Amino acid sequence: MSKKQHYKITVNGKEEEFLAEPRELLIYTLRERLNITGPHIGCETSHCGACTVTIDGKSVKACTMFVAQADGKDITTIEGIGGPDDLHPLQKAFKEHHGLQCGYCTPGMITRATKLLEENPKPTEEEIRFGMAGNLCRCTGYQNIVKSIMAAAAEMNAAKEATE
Amino acid sequence: MIPAAFEYYRPKDMAGVLSILEEQGDDARVMAGGHSLIPMMKLRMADVPHLIDLQDVEGMSGIDLGAETIRIGAMVTQHDIIEHEPLASVAPILREAALQIADPQVRYMGTVGGNVANGDPGNDMPGLMQCLDAAFTVVGPDGQRDIPARNFYEAAYMTAREDEEVLTTVTIPMPIGGYAYEKQKRKIGDYATAAAAVQIVNDGGTCASASIAMTNLSDTPIYSEAAGAALVGTSVDDAAMSAAVAAMLGDIDPTEDNRGPIAFKKHVAGVILRRAIERAWSRA
Ligand SMILES: Cc1cc2nc3c(=O)[nH]c(=O)nc-3n(C[C@H](O)[C@H](O)[C@H](O)COP(=O)(O)OP(=O)(O)OC[C@H]3O[C@@H](n4cnc5c(N)ncnc54)[C@H](O)[C@@H]3O)c2cc1C
Ligand code: FES
Ligand code: FES
Repeated sequence: MSKKQHYKITVNGKEEEFLAEPRELLIYTLRERLNITGPHIGCETSHCGACTVTIDGKSVKACTMFVAQADGKDITTIEGIGGPDDLHPLQKAFKEHHGLQCGYCTPGMITRATKLLEENPKPTEEEIRFGMAGNLCRCTGYQNIVKSIMAAAAEMNAAKEATE
Repeated sequence: MIPAAFEYYRPKDMAGVLSILEEQGDDARVMAGGHSLIPMMKLRMADVPHLIDLQDVEGMSGIDLGAETIRIGAMVTQHDIIEHEPLASVAPILREAALQIADPQVRYMGTVGGNVANGDPGNDMPGLMQCLDAAFTVVGPDGQRDIPARNFYEAAYMTAREDEEVLTTVTIPMPIGGYAYEKQKRKIGDYATAAAAVQIVNDGGTCASASIAMTNLSDTPIYSEAAGAALVGTSVDDAAMSAAVAAMLGDIDPTEDNRGPIAFKKHVAGVILRRAIERAWSRA
């Protein structure tokens, strides 16, 4: 009944065109169709945030959006935030402050944290915990995640002040 | 989790939405942020052969502050509510409640219209809107009508909105006095075990008016007129609060579920309402 449709989305600055059924969840489009496997599937029920991506400036759980809704949108995943040779300050901070153990939640954590720091560049510890409430971690106990985000914020603010 | 297949529509105006609803009848349904509907579709508890995405429909995302009323478009998100400073200064209870809904990701997507139209007793905005005596504007094939929030909810997922009607605007009389939205939940991001919305007016130490509504303690939100009345004319002392709690307990009808047995829910409802009244009164 539901036929494949033509969709066009921009992922990490690259325009992607493909045919898909409207019911395909965006997380599957990214991971299986476009081979962008940074966003993970933790729960698939909108609870864990492992699938978090940024869509038109919003942190979104990609398991809770149909590809049809994302048609025409601009999407950023962890791959678009920084790579091995040019780590984002958040990625560096997570590495330095042990903000991860198994790493499963990390792409979602960091993607969400980029948006949090954009909206609130100098968050308190409490604001970080509240702003990261949509991302679950089964390993770290969160302490080092909060530390990492604090450290990245400080570094980003210092870099910004230096250029001003 | 793969939902059943559907035809997808993204009309640009309300006329387009209404014509699809008319053509497809019961097989069609609108989607706002999708954060209640998509989980249900993934679980195949909802089957929507014709899905109408409202994201591109013009004129549904405004927040207008008038002299006497606040008008919020159905597609305004919970995140928009939190970020809107002028709104937070005239009706701070909206931000206080929105901050207690779900988590940041959900709040970017979840809309006011979807939250109040959904009919899930766990949603926080229906009780909030009953407390504020809001009205919901719906449009359908026979034109437009306003339905008071206090008359909107009939049973779980059953509302006064007809299937072929779309909710466009929530209109709230400018709130006065002190406010509080108090919510008990098992963990951050969870639906309420019990929640209370309170708006209260202090006239020289005496309560001049009080409006109280409760969330997730019946199959609909509960506007407890009796609880509010128990406070009016008092100094909102301990006895008055106990009377308000007793009146509220007479109006709710919780059921046992994974949030606890009935006795526990009633206990929590009392604690939460008392806290909400105390906080609202301290701000009045
Ligand atoms: C993990 C998680 C936690 C959550 N926690 C909470 C919570 O604590 N408190 C809370 O209140 N909510 C919570 N929610 C629900 C969330 O707030 C939803 O976004 C909200 O209930 C529905 O808004 P929506 O825009 O996503 O609506 P949708 O999911 O798009 O729609 C919901 C229903 O309303 C109908 N509808 C939508 N818009 C209209 C309209 N304009 N006119 C007519 N009908 C319409 C749809 O047809 C559908 O039946 C949670 C959701 C998730 C995923
Ligand atoms: S996989 Fe999307 S929220 Fe868990
Ligand atoms: S590091 Fe293992 S889930 Fe977070």
